[in-house]
Amino acid sequence: MRKDFWILIFILLLFGLALWTITPIDSERFGRHGIQLGLDLRGGSHIVYEADLSKKDPSQSDADAMTGVIQKIERRINEYGVAEPIIQQLGTDRILVQLPGVRDINEAIRLLGQTAELDFRELKLGPDGKPVVNDKGEQEWIVAKAKGSDGQEKELTGKYFKPNAQVVISQQKSEPEVAFEWNSEGAILFKQITERNLQKPLGIFLDGKLISSPTVQAVIEDRGVITGLTIDEAKTLAIQLNSGALDVPLTIIQRSDVDATLGADSLQKSLIAGLIGLALVIVFMIIYYRVPGVIAAIALSIYAVLVLSIFKMLPVVLTLPGMAGFIVSIGMAVDANVLIFERMKEELRAGKTLGAAVDAGFNRAWSAIRDSNITTFIACGVLYWLGGTLGAFMVRGFAVTLFLGVLVSMFTAIMVSRTFLRLLVASHWVTSIRAYGVKR
Amino acid sequence: MIDFIGKRYRFFLVSGVLILIGIISLATFKLQPGVDFISGSSITLRFDEPIDQGEMRTALLNLGYDQAIIQKTPDGDYFIRIREISSQEKEGLTAGLEEKFGKVTIRDFYSVSPVIATKTGRDAGIAIIVAAVFILAYIAWAFRRMPRPFRWGTCAIVPLLHDVFIVLTVFSLLGWLLNIEVDALFITGVLAVVGYSINNTIVVFDRIRDNMTRSISKDFASLVNSSILETFTRSLNTSLTTLFVILALYFIGGATIRNFMMVLLVGVVVGTYSASCVAPQLLVVWERGEWGRFFSWLPFGKRKP
Repeated sequence: MRKDFWILIFILLLFGLALWTITPIDSERFGRHGIQLGLDLRGGSHIVYEADLSKKDPSQSDADAMTGVIQKIERRINEYGVAEPIIQQLGTDRILVQLPGVRDINEAIRLLGQTAELDFRELKLGPDGKPVVNDKGEQEWIVAKAKGSDGQEKELTGKYFKPNAQVVISQQKSEPEVAFEWNSEGAILFKQITERNLQKPLGIFLDGKLISSPTVQAVIEDRGVITGLTIDEAKTLAIQLNSGALDVPLTIIQRSDVDATLGADSLQKSLIAGLIGLALVIVFMIIYYRVPGVIAAIALSIYAVLVLSIFKMLPVVLTLPGMAGFIVSIGMAVDANVLIFERMKEELRAGKTLGAAVDAGFNRAWSAIRDSNITTFIACGVLYWLGGTLGAFMVRGFAVTLFLGVLVSMFTAIMVSRTFLRLLVASHWVTSIRAYGVKR
Repeated sequence: MIDFIGKRYRFFLVSGVLILIGIISLATFKLQPGVDFISGSSITLRFDEPIDQGEMRTALLNLGYDQAIIQKTPDGDYFIRIREISSQEKEGLTAGLEEKFGKVTIRDFYSVSPVIATKTGRDAGIAIIVAAVFILAYIAWAFRRMPRPFRWGTCAIVPLLHDVFIVLTVFSLLGWLLNIEVDALFITGVLAVVGYSINNTIVVFDRIRDNMTRSISKDFASLVNSSILETFTRSLNTSLTTLFVILALYFIGGATIRNFMMVLLVGVVVGTYSASCVAPQLLVVWERGEWGRFFSWLPFGKRKP
């Protein structure tokens, strides 16, 4: 009883916090402005890039080069965390990108369009063995080459990184760094190059621009860090390195805002439909299960508020279908309640007292709730993982929303419905078992 | 009292016929790919007069472009994506729009690649199969105290694949009869059906497990049958509440999400059916070693007495 009381307070606090984050819906809470709406509901930015196909690798066909660029842009958008973009090839050499929302996307646009070709260079040495200096008094660099595993001379570039570069903060200088690992071929090249450049500088160039030139302190094969970046630059670079350099350079030829693809009326219609559906569910639950039905209705409202709050905080970009999926999940969230109430009725019919029936109902429904929800979590995990590996990011987004929906519905059924029911029974307000939907 | 187990071969017959129809239908009609999956055309138009987005949609609909994606820019330009059109059709389109809205300037015109790579559909298929394998492993573990746990896992994922296949069948037939196309949402809908279907089956299996530990009956078939009956109200009620919401969205939610709701509608109905009428029956057939009966009508399938 005491424990239930504390859980009740916890639920009320959580509910209050969640409600505060989403009222009004477009308020700023913890740095989030309103719920992010997709291109279909609010519109966003419309950018057209033009690819310079004359700079492509000659062994590649135009179509392959474009497909490669589009895939990498898709990967970058996904890693940057913008969900529900539109990426389409226009004609032969243009790429249309639409990103939902208009806030702070300059960074995103720069991130997407940059070639991000990273290479390592060593000082150019003159015949006298000293570094060559150009007329501006700057040292000249040449791309470092070494013999690869097949005996061919290869240039050392970011293409030999494993796709797991990440931003770390250096221990000594507390500056941001991008930590990377070489793949096996990169390690062979890097070892030879660090060997011959001991105590000499090694230049790290991004798209032909020097970003840092650390002095080689030891022979290294497997890993390294890139310094001399701001935290934002480091984040951008890590994303670009992991998606790979673009096959051809891009320039922005058009940029404007676009309106939503669906009119405001579509959203309104769905919301009205959703509310009607929800009302039907509540009416059904109350008629069929009586008092527990009322508790289920309260649990559902808490469910809806919690999920919306999570959507806003993460954030999840809500599209019309996403919204519809959320509304349908409310219908499914009833399931755990139905399972428990059915069990409870059975126990009451078997002659148990109310208090015992509530506990037994929960305990015996638990294995079904646990196994069915864990199975759904496993499915979500697989969809999330495969969605990422295969590049089907839509599948991934679905997995995230389903996972959240099921997790919260489990919480509301186990914590909310159960605690409310136990408190109600203990309070002796409603003692007739007819009020619990059982005729005896 | 409904005898779910006694009628098992009738249920198998129903499912078998549906799957047969599905094989034929998917082989002949396939699925109608929607605008998300096929290449199209994009056209940017400028008008002298400001035009409402709703009027634009109606005008395009009247010209026969029903799946158009229409976006307006702040300058009043319209960026429209439609199915692939030839330059002749483009002239027809602009002439039609000029008649309605006055002078039209075409600012640009491109062929566009599909929004969704065709491989996304295949990837989703792979994801479902891999997920099914993991689900099988989990169920085998969760039912490890039962005799032959892998059997339970198999009997849970076969209905899952059955449900997905029937949803595909329905949409293949709808594509053929009513030209209903599958789009990106269709994939999402099918994934949701997977989650719904497995949930239902597990609830029934959980009850069988519970009844077995309490050994309420020596006869496996009658134990399974009472388990189905005991969970039947729950199955119906959960499906009903879900259907309330789906139907409300289907009828009032507008045309945009109607097909999506249709996928869920079919999925919920089939998922409820298979959880009570296919999955537990498979367990019984396997337990009794009745597989031979599936082939007994074939000349070579007859068992020697």
